[in-house]
Amino acid sequence: MSVTRERPAALDVARIRQDFPILSRTVEGKPLVYLDSAATSQKPRQVLACLQEFYERHNANVHRGIYLLSEEATELYEGARAKVAAFLGAPDPSCIVFTRGTTESINLVAYAWGRKFLREGDEILLTEMEHHSNIVPWQLAARATGARLRYVPLTDDGLLDLSDLGSLLTERTRLFAVTGMSNALGTLNPVRALADAAHAVGALLLVDGAQLVPHHPVDVVALDCDFLAFSGHKMLGPTASGGLYARRELLEAMDPFLGGGEMILEVFPDRSTYKEPPYKFEAGTMNIAQEVGLGAAVDYLTGLGMENVRAHEEELTAYALERLVEAGARIIGPTDVSVRGGEISFWYRDIHPHDLATVLNEEGVAIRAGHHCAQLVMRRFGVPATARASLYVYNTREEVDALVAALERARAVFGV
Amino acid sequence: MALEDIYKEVILDHYKNPRNKRELPGAELSCSRNNPLCGDEITVFVHQEDGRVADIAFQGSGCSISQSSASMMTEAVKGRTLGEALELAASFRGMMAGEVEPDEDAFGDLIALKGVVKYPIRIKCAVLAWDVLQEALEGAGEAASRSPHGA
Repeated sequence: MSVTRERPAALDVARIRQDFPILSRTVEGKPLVYLDSAATSQKPRQVLACLQEFYERHNANVHRGIYLLSEEATELYEGARAKVAAFLGAPDPSCIVFTRGTTESINLVAYAWGRKFLREGDEILLTEMEHHSNIVPWQLAARATGARLRYVPLTDDGLLDLSDLGSLLTERTRLFAVTGMSNALGTLNPVRALADAAHAVGALLLVDGAQLVPHHPVDVVALDCDFLAFSGHKMLGPTASGGLYARRELLEAMDPFLGGGEMILEVFPDRSTYKEPPYKFEAGTMNIAQEVGLGAAVDYLTGLGMENVRAHEEELTAYALERLVEAGARIIGPTDVSVRGGEISFWYRDIHPHDLATVLNEEGVAIRAGHHCAQLVMRRFGVPATARASLYVYNTREEVDALVAALERARAVFGV
Repeated sequence: MALEDIYKEVILDHYKNPRNKRELPGAELSCSRNNPLCGDEITVFVHQEDGRVADIAFQGSGCSISQSSASMMTEAVKGRTLGEALELAASFRGMMAGEVEPDEDAFGDLIALKGVVKYPIRIKCAVLAWDVLQEALEGAGEAASRSPHGA
């Protein structure tokens, strides 16, 4: 993926922050400095108001009630699908299946596509920087079908080592599943080039978009990906919102995932027929309000402009990397901001990440400490865990400064 | 909350200068565990003689709380009977659950870890070494209870 070089006008972060009520609260008597948006983002008033309004005025089940509320709820729910489709550049809203998020989306593909199309001897290519949610579902699918998993290794800089891609991606490869942006390293992968390489051997490309979609412009047609999984709660939307983009013909060919109400046409004692996609994959009562809220989050991000979001984060990430390195932190992941996002993993002066996070909390600074559901990454870099500060549209240079000041406090506590 | 509640000097001392952190060749009992949440790892080795912890050592890596707790634990249980060591493990866990008021004589330096109770997410770190010890010692108990009935 190429990164834009011309800098659009920076985001008006002071104005944006006013939209996020939680950012005005205090922690341990200090202003909250929220640097864990890679785990989950905060939500703007617009999204909160949308949820409130849905429950206060339009709440009903969708696609079934012959009454006004149900029609309104259906219109809002399908409207959200159309917004998400447009946001991702999907050719049609029917290419978007709503799910609880990236994990469920990848499981959906591993089950509904994998169980049906994978055979013994087939290969699924993953990378060593994948989140567990883009590893474990494939292990389960491989075990069920006799397919085999292979992994693209990483360079010491935390980039994909593509030097041996030709021997990893072969005519045996059915699917290449790769993160668009690593949650543990920040690495921004060259999705279009990987899609071309996969397609050249007849494989499909699945993109784990959990971090990519919230932080970078995405156009599924330009990326030429076959599947894209994403989470609403990491892009200003409610928890349990999110979805899967897939090419329509793939959704048609795939088996259903969950069976139940709403996904069927006709049910007989021994068999059933299914609705067209995406409804074939939406069994039972969905997270209606949450997906409607995701629509509001998409509106918010569209209003900011994803190019601007990326430019802001690229600039702030450069600043944070510079300040952290200056303070004596070791960055685990790329340091070139043109190939990375704002998920910054680091070690600070041999202080264990959990100890660091505890001290930082006393200063109101919220970071993540742990393996970030990426144990292969931790093993690759020989660390049990990392501290991770992650940035989003509402973060400022002053907050990066607060992080660095809090590191100094940790240094004093631990005498290092 | 104050950081001093959790990062007491004695904890940092055990973290930086861990006691009994070594291999223990010939240990009859040993057990390893990791905390999957944070990657902390602890292996405990016990050399038992006449039902007592004649020697104990640990190896591992992790945060200051998990490693200092392991270090203090080795000092606290050395020389005790296996039963007493298990009792101490139970009261330590009770202290971390906020249910047991620690006995200063029995606990020694371990008292310092009481402040961790205020940091629920870190309690697992403090308890890890004790879980490993208990598993190692209960292995001994099972082996003993099995032996009368033959292999």
